[in-house]
Amino acid sequence: MSTSFPREAAGLSPDSATHGQTPPPVSALRTFGRLMRAEWTKLRTVRGWMAALLGGVAAMIALGLMTGAQGSCTPQRCAQPTGPDGQEVTDAFSFAHQPLTGDGSITVRVAEMDGLIPADPGTEAEDAGQGPQRADGPPSGMPGLAPWAKTGLMIKDGTRPGAAYAAIMTTGSHGVRMQHNFTHDRAGTSGNAPRWLRLTRTGELIVGEESADGHAWTKVGEVRLNGLPATVQAGMFATSPQYSRVDDGLIGTAASGGPSQVTGAFDHLELEGDWPAAAWTGTKIGGPIDRDVSGFGLTGPVFRVTGSGDVAPATAGLAGIGVTITQTLVGTFVALIAVVVLGAVVMTAEFRRGLVRTTLAAAPRRGRVLAAKAVVLGGVTFLVGLVAAVLVVEIGGRVMVSRGVYVHPVTTGIRTQVVVGTAALLAFSAVLAMALGTVLRRSLTAVTTGIVLIVLPYLLSLTALSGEAADWVLRVTPAAAFALQQSRPAYPQVDNLYTAALGYFPLPPWGGFSVLVAWTTAALVVAAVALRRRDA
Amino acid sequence: MLHAEWTKFRTTPGMIWLLLIAIAATVTVSVLAISTADCPQRDCGVSATLTGVRVGQAVIAIVAVLVIGDEYRTGMIRTTLVAMPRRTGMLAAKVAVVSAVLTVASATAVLGSFVAGLHLLPGRDLPALSLTEGEVIRAFGGSILYLTMIGLLGVGVTVVLRSPAAAIGSVLGLLYVFPIVAAAVPDQDWERRLQQIGPMDAGLAIQRTGDLTDLPVQPWHGLGVVALWAVAALLTAAVLLHRRDA
Repeated sequence: MSTSFPREAAGLSPDSATHGQTPPPVSALRTFGRLMRAEWTKLRTVRGWMAALLGGVAAMIALGLMTGAQGSCTPQRCAQPTGPDGQEVTDAFSFAHQPLTGDGSITVRVAEMDGLIPADPGTEAEDAGQGPQRADGPPSGMPGLAPWAKTGLMIKDGTRPGAAYAAIMTTGSHGVRMQHNFTHDRAGTSGNAPRWLRLTRTGELIVGEESADGHAWTKVGEVRLNGLPATVQAGMFATSPQYSRVDDGLIGTAASGGPSQVTGAFDHLELEGDWPAAAWTGTKIGGPIDRDVSGFGLTGPVFRVTGSGDVAPATAGLAGIGVTITQTLVGTFVALIAVVVLGAVVMTAEFRRGLVRTTLAAAPRRGRVLAAKAVVLGGVTFLVGLVAAVLVVEIGGRVMVSRGVYVHPVTTGIRTQVVVGTAALLAFSAVLAMALGTVLRRSLTAVTTGIVLIVLPYLLSLTALSGEAADWVLRVTPAAAFALQQSRPAYPQVDNLYTAALGYFPLPPWGGFSVLVAWTTAALVVAAVALRRRDA
Repeated sequence: MLHAEWTKFRTTPGMIWLLLIAIAATVTVSVLAISTADCPQRDCGVSATLTGVRVGQAVIAIVAVLVIGDEYRTGMIRTTLVAMPRRTGMLAAKVAVVSAVLTVASATAVLGSFVAGLHLLPGRDLPALSLTEGEVIRAFGGSILYLTMIGLLGVGVTVVLRSPAAAIGSVLGLLYVFPIVAAAVPDQDWERRLQQIGPMDAGLAIQRTGDLTDLPVQPWHGLGVVALWAVAALLTAAVLLHRRDA
């Protein structure tokens, strides 16, 4: 690699160089502007530097656009209902309901819950072909309850998927819960069936209570459903989500699973208030048309409702369908490798060629030289990264959709956070690597340290580490800033594989970014001190 | 020629340190993996003990890149080629020295992990290691071969690219791009296909013990995939070295 710089690259104006005169005093701002131009010239003219940056970014774009994914979704087939807060939701369950007009209450005892979950991989049931089916197959397998299998009472604004609701339920292994409008979840006691449940409606207010014996009642929660009409649908429901058996083993996190189902047996039913229909209707709400395991036994005194699905926020991945825009950015790490290498050699090249002496002779305020380099390098990587991220998210998302993969919609705010965040991640990493280069001075050590510190933690947390170890790596290393790419929240009330590979990070976006900013700032301070104290 | 390459390797500042880092990183991560592992499967003991290889390989790759990358960076390569006009012979000598050194370093790292596993596994209630089982020997011996071949892949890529920085980026990218993309694609067939061709996923199949029926690629075939990658890189390097100016 030839590393010859044009003379003005070192910040020398042709005048001062040829005549050796002291340049006329100029404002600090203009000096800084000139320094920045000098740094930009260096960055632009060294063969290989821009090529490395653009090559890394091109690989990132290519990985985002040439996805191997293939699905069978059309927007009509896979679009999720919209919940009361405008978010995308899953609303699939079996509902034995009748209209309730005005205030009233419904009380019931969940006598028992039983269900089916996919057979354990490797067991005989699976070998015999009864194991987990593809997501669109019927649930089958062995008796058992998914942790978030739900049976209980619900009051809902009609039977349209996505309509407002409040529900109290017993679950597979999360005790009694009161949930409403998909994202809200409140824990009751840890009791299991048999359990008495009650929902009372007063205007827009709905109170959920539970009891172990039908006499002593405990209030679980009280929620307000805004705009709830006078007549609502109320009754018993059952649903059971996609079951995932997570093997949080050693080499990454593996998971297997499939659909599950649950049957709730209800007795001691008591109604208060105005229930004009006087008979129960069994309705399968939402869910795929081609898979129906719902069943109703509505003759009493023991009612049975069987269902599969979930009433929860929509998720991508194992527990839901499709992907998030985060997954189009899977190639970011290639660009990250490129900017880390570039950042390190931008500085070490100066030391290697002795150019730094020229640079510092031309601009004796060493801190300013470092600042100019940081601004130029950061600015260039930010812009290039921004263009790449926009291309990947916008076009990559469309490519996925055109190949039948469902891409979850996100708000403009989140989209901006992901795109700008990716650019910021690249820019700050480049500056961090540059600071490392200033301190370590040799490209060998600087590049190695940069890669080991910034890139490897992310790669390892995706491929080698799992569970807690991966989470810690993504909390304390500069790679924490990848949290900026998270586009959907992780919900505790939905069992899913929340791993970095699927776009879920242990820190919130701005928290993760501050970790990187802290690293970069600390490294720049050390670099400034080192540059000032040491001979160049 | 061998002697010259060995002298260069020996005297390059930082090399010994990097090798020690590679060994230390491998053993440390293995120890961490053993002490946090929580899995009932029979092959757990072996895979926990060999987790460090996934980290160590990155440093090994960096060493391999620097062995020849530094010559390109400093222009030393021209001196080398003047002294040794038979370029293929020069490359072969480098390959021999790198293989020897990396085999020793990898063996130390893997054996260090093995000793850690021997001492720590019983206390963690994980299946103990036994060197009398063929598949355990395959896992540990294969890991040494794997690390060495990753190093040779690094040498090949560096000669092709002629720049240490670009080569480090490319080798690490090559190692990690397949598993990361595989983890992110929702399509299982594609995931399997990527795991069959990626040097890291395929090569580390050598570490699998126990039930092998579900693997995307069988242990020795997987190591063969890495060997193909390394040979392809070295052949390209040999051809380009012959044709191009240094």
